[in-house]
Amino acid sequence: MTAPQMPIGEDDLTALADDRLPAERRPVVAAYLAAHPDVALRVEADMAQRDALRASLAAKFNEPVPSRLRIANIAASRRARLTTRLRLVAASLLLLAIGAAGGWGLRALSLPGASEPPAAISLAGAAFDAYRTFVVEVAHPVEVRAENEAHLIGWLSKRIGKPLKAPDLGRFGFRLMGGRVLPASSGAAAMLMYDNDLGARLTVYIRADKGAETAFQFRREGDVSTFMWLDRGFGFAISAPLDRTRLLPIAEAVYKETAA
Amino acid sequence: MDDAAALLEPLIPALRRYAYALTRNHAAADDLVQDTLERALSHWMLRRRDGALRAWLFTILRNTYINSLRRARRQGEHAPINDEDAHARDGAPDAALGVRDVLATLDQLPEDHKSVLLLVGVEELSYEDASRVLGVPVGTVMSRLSRARQRLRAMLETGRTTMLRRVK
Repeated sequence: MTAPQMPIGEDDLTALADDRLPAERRPVVAAYLAAHPDVALRVEADMAQRDALRASLAAKFNEPVPSRLRIANIAASRRARLTTRLRLVAASLLLLAIGAAGGWGLRALSLPGASEPPAAISLAGAAFDAYRTFVVEVAHPVEVRAENEAHLIGWLSKRIGKPLKAPDLGRFGFRLMGGRVLPASSGAAAMLMYDNDLGARLTVYIRADKGAETAFQFRREGDVSTFMWLDRGFGFAISAPLDRTRLLPIAEAVYKETAA
Repeated sequence: MDDAAALLEPLIPALRRYAYALTRNHAAADDLVQDTLERALSHWMLRRRDGALRAWLFTILRNTYINSLRRARRQGEHAPINDEDAHARDGAPDAALGVRDVLATLDQLPEDHKSVLLLVGVEELSYEDASRVLGVPVGTVMSRLSRARQRLRAMLETGRTTMLRRVK
């Protein structure tokens, strides 16, 4: 860290109090303290405080861990919650399938020959695939990093043919990491990636989509939730490992910013 | 999840110690640790795999704590979270005063000073890991440590003199 011949600094004294002074600095610092007994006293006082702090918390550290903090118990209650949620999702998918089958039948009756897949569903699938592919990337999660935000946004806007701006999700704890261009059935899709202090990643997926405008639709696969909607010729999907109630306000914020 | 249990279980005592030093309330500390572990499990696949698991957990715990403080402040809660310990302190025998003293004094420091003293001094995190948990550069960790210690020293000095005066 510091070379042996450098003058004594506050960081030397801090490191000394923490027993982390590099060996080559020790003689210099020891000589300094011998010449400055007041400073030596100060360092001793700091060490005494640290030891007192450790002592006062030792009992807490040595306490048996309550059973509610056992990982097995926490994981079990998590699983129970997930199962309930999955059951709800399964039930709603079943309803969706019944609705779609019914709708499809009617459609075949009224519009023979017309057969495009429901736009929002293919959008969610594409967004989810993109999320799953890139969210686990450690080295290159994004093509262009947020440091070049102006360049990133200009580039993505050009590729998907819509003037974009990166929604500011700071109040939800998510910071822009960057973005990339992805292939899509309609040409190109843009993906913006955000992360928070927990290391959770959130993606905003946008592509040209000619489907009719839709309200928010929700989909969940494993830990990952997606909200999607179509608006003025573009499809949007927000994916993150959050539950529905936490993702909804974020999706609304993105909707507001991109619709403006 | 078995590997999660094997990696997380040994770190729980340290998490409880840090949580207790922050909240100074046994039940609130365990709630905080429980929230931390739940979040760690739900983000388990997304954790950094460079071995800094301890720093990651302390980061989650501290962020959870700060968010709960903020939420409480927004809702204008005035719940006396140190109640339980205030009573305990009243009845504390004199012999424990020295030890009680330093924790009570620590309570008067702002959270960032408190955390740096606990993470480096008690949890023995490296300066690099502490910088990760606190979200500031290593240089800032060191200068914050030095300032926090200075304040702690000053407060303990005045505390001791008032105590002595009271005893006389």
